[in-house]
Amino acid sequence: MRLTSIALLIILKGVFALGKPPGDPIRGQQLYESRCTGCHSVETNRAGPKHFGIFGRKAGQLSDYEYSKALKSAGFKWTENTLERWLKNPTIFVPNSKMGFSVPEQKDRLDIIAYLKTLK
Amino acid sequence: MERRHFLQAGGLTLSAATIALLGGKEALASKLKANEKGDVAILNIALALENEAIAAYQLGAESKLLNADILKTAVLFQSHHKEHSDALAATIKKLGGTPVVAKTLAEYAKDLNAATLKNQEDILILAAKHEKGAANAYLGVIPSFTDKEIAKVGARIAADEVMHWTILATVLKQELPAHSLFFGA
Repeated sequence: MRLTSIALLIILKGVFALGKPPGDPIRGQQLYESRCTGCHSVETNRAGPKHFGIFGRKAGQLSDYEYSKALKSAGFKWTENTLERWLKNPTIFVPNSKMGFSVPEQKDRLDIIAYLKTLK
Repeated sequence: MERRHFLQAGGLTLSAATIALLGGKEALASKLKANEKGDVAILNIALALENEAIAAYQLGAESKLLNADILKTAVLFQSHHKEHSDALAATIKKLGGTPVVAKTLAEYAKDLNAATLKNQEDILILAAKHEKGAANAYLGVIPSFTDKEIAKVGARIAADEVMHWTILATVLKQELPAHSLFFGA
């Protein structure tokens, strides 16, 4: 019981430290299927690059996909923070990048990011 | 299909719409601003998506798995995607950009995992999935276009993709969406 309470406190502390609720990867997968698969796949490059292993990878660096110059030279890694900024408004975050698709709702973004984190 | 044929169709096709959109706006190309470069980049992603759709229908048509009526419809839908592709490429060039080059059919077959398609239903399910994905992709990028006329063309293309999805879903006997605002959700 005591251990459970401590674990819960640690989780809650983490959540409040981030200031964001945790994403739901299952709902995130549903959103991914609905919104992202027009251009993306997990395993293959299509109009957009594949997403397998995206979390923690440096942006614009897959050797078999032709990124925009803007993203290729962006110099950041895909983290929760950068993915959220990207999904919120990619053309503001990285001007002249190719992706114009945005995800306006924060809950949707966090769920999609939670799913992307599982692709490893 | 030649672009002039679209023009002869009475302005109902997207190529004609886009040419009309850009007709007389030569200044647009010469005054390519940073935000218009963004439009070109997004249009090129849309073009890549259309090129993939053309290839997907080609793979379906060559599979010999489609019955005559479905094949005829698939070829018609492919022709719509070719018109979208022509319209997008023309717009990209007009804006001073370079249209993305399509991959080979073999590359698309690999990307789409075409080897796993064993019957007509498999092909229709894949087509329906991609048409829905394409509609959602257009709906998602429309707010990012700085040029409202380009955004409008994007909306018209999205409507075509929805038309394709609706027909494919009907043939597949899929249930109609239970709620409104089904696309873009």
